[in-house]
This record gives sequence, structure tokens and C-alpha cells, in this order.
Amino acid sequence: MGENGQKQDIVTLTIDGREVTVPKGTTILQAAEAVGNRIPHYCYHPGLSAPAQCRLCLVEVEGAPKLAPSCITDVQDGQVVHTESASAKGMRQGVLEFYLANHPLDCPICDQSGECKLQDYVFEEGRKHGRSREPKRVFGRDDFGGDVLFYGDRCVMCTRCVRFMDEMAQDPRLTVVERGNRSIIDTFFEEGVEGAPYAGNIVDICPVGALVSKDFLHKARAWDLDHTPSVCPNCSQGCNIDLQTRDNLVQRLKPRPNLDVNQYWMCDYGRHRYEWMNRGDRIEAPLQRGAGGHEATDWPGVLEPIFTRMADGAAPVRALASPFASNEALAALVYLVQGLGGGEIVFRSPRADEEIPLPGFPKLTRRRDLVPNRRGAELLGLSRVGEEDGTGGLEELKDHSGTLIVLGDDLTDLESDFGAHASLYLYLGSHFPPAAAEADVVMPITTHAEEEGTFTNYEGRVQRFWPALQGPGAARPAWLPLSLLAAHLNGTTPPSGADEAFVRAGELAPEFQGLTYESIGTRGALVNEPVTLPGGKLRS
Amino acid sequence: MAYPYTHEREVRVLSRGFGEPATRTLEGWKTLGGYEGLTKALEVGRESVIEEVKASGLRGRGGAGFPTGVKWSFMPQEKRGPHYLLCNADESEPGTFKDRELMRWTPHQVIEGCLIAAYAIQAEHVYIYCRGEFFETNQVVARAVEEAYEAGLAGEDILGSGVSIDVTVHQGAGAYICGEETALMESLEGRRGLPRVKPPFPAAIGAFGKPSTINNVETLCAVPHIIAHGGEWYRQWGTEKSPGTKLFCVSGHVRRRGNFELPMGFPLEDLLYDVCGGFEEGRTLKAVIPGGSSVPFLDADDCAGCTLDYEGVIEKGSMLGCASVMVMDDRTNIVKQVRRTVDFFAHESCGQCTPCREGTTWLSRILLRIEKGKGTEEDLDTLVDLGKQMTGTTICVLSDSAAAPVISSIEKFRDDYLALIRRGEAVGAG
Repeated sequence: MGENGQKQDIVTLTIDGREVTVPKGTTILQAAEAVGNRIPHYCYHPGLSAPAQCRLCLVEVEGAPKLAPSCITDVQDGQVVHTESASAKGMRQGVLEFYLANHPLDCPICDQSGECKLQDYVFEEGRKHGRSREPKRVFGRDDFGGDVLFYGDRCVMCTRCVRFMDEMAQDPRLTVVERGNRSIIDTFFEEGVEGAPYAGNIVDICPVGALVSKDFLHKARAWDLDHTPSVCPNCSQGCNIDLQTRDNLVQRLKPRPNLDVNQYWMCDYGRHRYEWMNRGDRIEAPLQRGAGGHEATDWPGVLEPIFTRMADGAAPVRALASPFASNEALAALVYLVQGLGGGEIVFRSPRADEEIPLPGFPKLTRRRDLVPNRRGAELLGLSRVGEEDGTGGLEELKDHSGTLIVLGDDLTDLESDFGAHASLYLYLGSHFPPAAAEADVVMPITTHAEEEGTFTNYEGRVQRFWPALQGPGAARPAWLPLSLLAAHLNGTTPPSGADEAFVRAGELAPEFQGLTYESIGTRGALVNEPVTLPGGKLRS
Repeated sequence: MAYPYTHEREVRVLSRGFGEPATRTLEGWKTLGGYEGLTKALEVGRESVIEEVKASGLRGRGGAGFPTGVKWSFMPQEKRGPHYLLCNADESEPGTFKDRELMRWTPHQVIEGCLIAAYAIQAEHVYIYCRGEFFETNQVVARAVEEAYEAGLAGEDILGSGVSIDVTVHQGAGAYICGEETALMESLEGRRGLPRVKPPFPAAIGAFGKPSTINNVETLCAVPHIIAHGGEWYRQWGTEKSPGTKLFCVSGHVRRRGNFELPMGFPLEDLLYDVCGGFEEGRTLKAVIPGGSSVPFLDADDCAGCTLDYEGVIEKGSMLGCASVMVMDDRTNIVKQVRRTVDFFAHESCGQCTPCREGTTWLSRILLRIEKGKGTEEDLDTLVDLGKQMTGTTICVLSDSAAAPVISSIEKFRDDYLALIRRGEAVGAG
């Protein structure tokens, strides 16, 4: 495209005295947001259509007869916009007062308190005292089915939930009934959103406490939650999530916007599978098998005897890994197996019968692979065995007589005689299953919620996650003990951190080459795709 | 049978069939010169039709008073798909009852106007969106449409001209807001009647996403006469800026109430004291709402010298609207009148926009409290302030309509409010 062509697509306007240059077709609200000026709004949501009905985002546009709804008004060259003028501010204050006229103000018992847009906006710009002396309208509470509870009195009638079900889920189960001040969101049928696979998103997009999660109900206050950027581990889509924790427990998963992966959404299947991250029956110390069973020791206590035993012999080695393990852990395992003379590494991975796409954005699909890192495992040369439900496939491994390494697989379908014939059986896991009874050494490892690392999703997007919880006792990320063992065998130095462990994965799988934690960032990066590094360097 | 309450100062152009059961039929309508306008329109061509309507200066009778010919010329000249003509017959503003009469006495006048307008804007389909509560009217119009089809006046190849226009009568489900043009389109398309954000305007994206023109029943009824007799002929009545005749729906405390067709610019006082026979013995004029419940009040002083054309009423601080003249004498409790009006808007607000959804109900509750003698003087400031917050801030003008009578009544009849607030006394007997 020539320079002239580009110029036509760019619009320069002034917002609150500041010049802003944005592409044509941008709305005033988006343009303001681009320069850090967040215009208050309820009905507008970037992932949905904009009905311009909340009337909170009205701004003054010089030359326009009335205040303009910034969410649907396109920018124009030379436009002069005021978001803080007396008329715009007065308007917002007025609209906020209208919202409060019937709002129950039950913030002390409302789950949204602390992350409520009504609270925020009124605190920022509302009147100090409401003028309404009239009795408030009462709707009460309604069970919308599934995980969703509806508190009608708190609703601001933004209709985001209705539009999500219409436009994204394309399963219109919600509607506005009645009109005027009696308008209320309701379900068409008794079951409400029960069984709708993406219904949990309506709780996320509700700007107030009208739609709340039953699972999270009264569990924690928003301001007590810690937020950690992470990746949903419950299928190979790799939805970006915000892992919200309190008191070292995961309280809920919320989608984290990533337009390339999950937009603003995530499925209920993934959202509601976090309890395993909070399991209390964890292995807290390295265990060494002695005459009387396993005994707790420390890391040198387990690693040093293995150094000795590994040095002894060239026993054939086989390994089983879990596709819940990070790219870093899997790469470290590959290095270790190579150091031991090489051998087959397999993984087992449950697959669902069907995919569950989000019709409004079908790229977001609950994938059939119900594990986060199948693609990463395959890129690193691991092969899948076993049944569709993630069991079986270990007949040979079970009676393997050489060195046997199990990383992360819970071995739930196996008995305590698993690995009984192995000359050396290393089990790395977060929980102690019966099938680890014969392990010479059990090493406690952290889960993805407790460590830094990366997963590779179904399309080959490498995405980082950060530690949200403190791992129990002496548990460490699996890449660490594996790397120490491999380094000892290979006569190299172990990686200094997860970032270096990842870079070393690139030496095993060319697809990872050139990617670094820095270039992956919080949005992820596709394997073997050029990425611009900070400073403008282009990686090929 | 003469239509009740006729008066010699009336100019009965549109209403000349009122009270004559015969004009409900095609045959009866033809004896009054029916379908001459359509025949002529098809002869002179659609551009000439638009020019003639422009020349007549006909302005929209639904309330806004927008020049009809100009509105038609907004339609795309080059057709790229279907065009629609919508006849807004969802007459539901309290105090307005002219379209109902036009439809039930002269259904063919409506249909003929629709066909000419549809021809002018190259529409192949006319939807007459009729208010849900007008059961009888609906049937009368539907029967007339059947007659028109049978006579070859609607449907395929109208009068052998090669022009085909279908006519559908659509019965609404009873919502005032569906009289708002874009809410009407939503309703017609089968959705909730929620006004759309404009732009885009209907001439670009209207019903079913296609270019559409929407006209009031009375506007369309004037069209056949204009085409048959010419724009200049129509201008013999009315003023330069507001030509023609207009149906005035008079209700309230006058001796004769009803529809009166008068030239635009008719003096309001003549309407009240002459045409309508004035007030009962001993009663005096207190207030007039000149254009339906959504416009500001005129007090007795304003009424003096007020002429009933679009400009004349604006000069006095109100609007002609759809010319629904509600007359109140000195017995009237203005606070109660305003509260009941606001109640109506609160009930009919679609609930989309926050200022309207919350504001209409809030206004009505404060007014009710004042009416019961429990108001305060601060309430009056609150009412005016809320009213201002509701004006010009929403998608459609229902919110403005609810606020207008509140603000203007506090301005003009503050003493009535203060009497209730300070002494608990209602001015007027109720």
C-alpha cells in the first residue's frame, strides 16, 4: 500500500486536548482507551455488539447538537472530543444517580464488591448523596441454572449477558422481559443456562453483581484475591486465564483477554476444573525407598544415590511423561533419557468424544485433547500410547527391567506392582499413587499453578504461565531435578531457571528455536513464526 | 348521518367522509373522487409526484412536522433492492384520536395515500402498522385492502401501469413505543419494539435492513388530494410554512370535543371558544396541552394569540406535535394531570436507556408523593433536574416527552405544586 493509501486509513482527532491518531473506523471510546482514557460504560463490551443504551459513555463532540455515545460514534479527522467537560461529567453523574435510584446498595454482601463497575464509577464521579427518597423496586434472586445466580435488584440492564448468549454462544436462552422500569433479565425456560457450555462468561462480563457464580458465592472478597496470569490446563486450546488465589488456594479461574486464542472468553469445562490444584494430599519431601518403605529425605539425599546408580550401568531406559508437564520439564526429561543412552518416552492423554466450539468465535473450542501440552510433548519427540480415556498402553513399561522414569502421570489405572522389575524406578509426581510403591525414589514436583513454565497449545502457540501458589514443602518444578540429573550425566551445567530450561528445549525441537520467555510474553508466540523482539530485532 | 360536532369553520378535506358509512367501501370512496390521485400519480410519474408533494409543503402529521416530499427524496434514487413504505398507524399518544377516525371512516383514503407514496419511493411493499388495540379499525382497513386487491388497485400491475405494490396490514401488540419509527420496524420484524440508534436513518437502513420511508396515517391521507388537485391547491389553506389542513383532536373541559379539521394557523382561542363551544358556565381556561401529552403546557396567557401551526405553537413555548389539544379548566389539579401523564410514559418506556427507564418511574413517584401532600420544595428542584437529565440523552425522545410536561408545569404552575407541598391543598377539584 502506498503512502497515500495509508493516510486515508488514519484519523487524527483531539480527545481532552490530546492528539490521538487511530485507524479509521475506530470508535471514540476505543480511541480514548488507546491513550489510557477509559470512558465509563456498561453496555459496550469489546467482544459484543454495542446497543448504546446505558448512556454512560456519552461525550461532548464539538459541533454535535447532542452528547454522542462514544461506543458507537466513529472517530473523524479533526474531531474535538471532551470527556471531562461539564456537560459530559454532569451527564455521567446524572446517569449514575439513575442507576442508584433502585440499586440495593448491598455491597457488603455482594460478591462483585471490589470489582464492581457501579461501585467504581460512583466512587469516582457520583454524587455524594443520592436524592432518591422513594421505595426501591425489588426483583429478588433467581437461579439461572448451571453455575449462575441472578440478583435482579443489582442489575443495570446493560444486556451484555443477553447479547453474549445471542451472539457468542448463539444459544439465546436469556432475554429481557417486561419493559421500562420493570424490565428484567430472564430465562426462557426453567433450566435457564444449565448445560450451556460457555454460560460462565456471562458472570465475567456482568459489570455488577447481578450475575454471580454459585461456585464462588461468598468464598472470597475481590480485594483479597491475588491474580496471576496463567494458561488453562484443562484442554489443548490453552485459554489465557487469570488464576485467582487466596490463602494459597485457587479460588476461581477467569479468562484473560487474548484475541488470538480465546478473545475474552473461556469454557465452563475449563473454568470449573481447578480443585485438583488445591489438593492437600501432596508429596512434600523427596522419598527414598528403604527396607520399611519410603522415607522422607532431602533433595541431596535422593539425587546423590541416583548419580551413583546411574553411573553404574547402561541399563535400557524407558520413560512415561504426562502431557500436563511443561515444555521445560519434558525437555529436561528428554535430556536425561538421552544421557542414559536413549530410550522411548511415551505419554498418555485423554481425549473427549467431541469438540465444543464457541459459535461466535469458533477458534475458541474446548478441544478433544483434555491436556494442555500434547503438542509440546509431540514436538519434543514423545509418542502417545494408551486409550482415548488416558488409561492403558503401559503393558511393556509395567514390567520393564531397566531404568524406568515416570514424570507426572498419576498411574491411576495401575497396581502397586508397577515397575517392580525395574532396575531403577524414578517417580516424579505431586501425589503419591499406589503404583509408585515400587519406586526407588519419589521426587515431589510442583503443579502448573505453582511453577513458571510454558505449554504449547493445539496450534503450536507457546504460552507462559506464572507461579500462583506456593508449592508444598520441598516440591520443585520437575525440570529442576531432571536437569540436575541430566547435567550430571552429560557433564554440563544445569539451566539457571525456567527461562534457560526453555531455551534448551529449542536445542531438542527446532520449532522452539529462537523463542524466549521475553518474546513469548503474556500473549504467547507460535512456534517457528517470526517474532519481533523488543528493540525491533526480528527473529526468523 | 352527520359526523358529530361538525362546525362551519372546518375545512373538511381529509375528514369529509367521516360519519358516512358508505365511504368505508371502495364504491363509496370512489364517489368522493377516490383513487383519482393514484390514477394521476401513475400517469405523471414518480418524480412529479415527489415534486408535487414538495410544492404542497405538506409536513409530517405524526408530530415532528418534517416536510414529506423532502423525506421521500432521501430514498435512494437507484434501486439496489427492495424499498418499503411503512404507514405508522400505531396511534397511541394520550389525547390523539385522528388516525383511528381516518382509518375507520376512510380506509381507502389511507390505502390510496400509501400506494401513491410507495410508488413515489419505488417501494414494492406497504406495511400498515396498526395499533394493537384498534381491533375494529384493523378489520376495516384489512377489508378495504382486500377490496383494493380485488379491484386491481393493489398487488400486481396496478391499473395496468406495470407497477406492483403489495399492501399488508400488520397489527401491533399494544406498545406506545412501537409508534417510534425504528421501534416500529423492530416490532414489524418480529423483535422487541426497541428504538434503534440513528444514524443510520430509515431511508438508508430501515425495515428488514432495506431503505424505508415511514409516514403517519394523516400525512398519507393528504397525499391523494394533493396529487389530484395539485400542491398549489393545498396551499390555499394554512400558512406559508405550515400549509394545508390538519385534524385537531380536542379533549378535555370544552363543550364540544372531537376531531375538527381546520386550516393550519387557526387561532387556538377560536378553536376553544368557537369551534368547541367554550367552557362550562363559570369555568375559565387554565391550561392547554396543544400537541399530545408529550409537549409542554400552555397556560392561559400563552393561549392568547396562539396560532395552531408548527411555528405559532413553538413561539409560545410548546409544540404542535400531532395536534391533540387537551384543554383544562380551572378545576384541574395540574399535579395529578402531570403525574398521570408521567405514569403513562413510565409504563410505556421500553427500558433500554437508563435515563428513561429509571427517570420516568422516579419522576412519577416523586409526583405521587407531592400529590399526596408529602412533597418538599426540594422535590421540585429534583424534578426539574431529573427532567433535564432525561432530555436529549437517550436513543429516542420518549424520555424527553416524559420530562417536558414536568418541567413546563413546574415553571408555569409552581403555585399548584407549592399549595400541595405547603398546605396539602390541591388546586382545582380534581
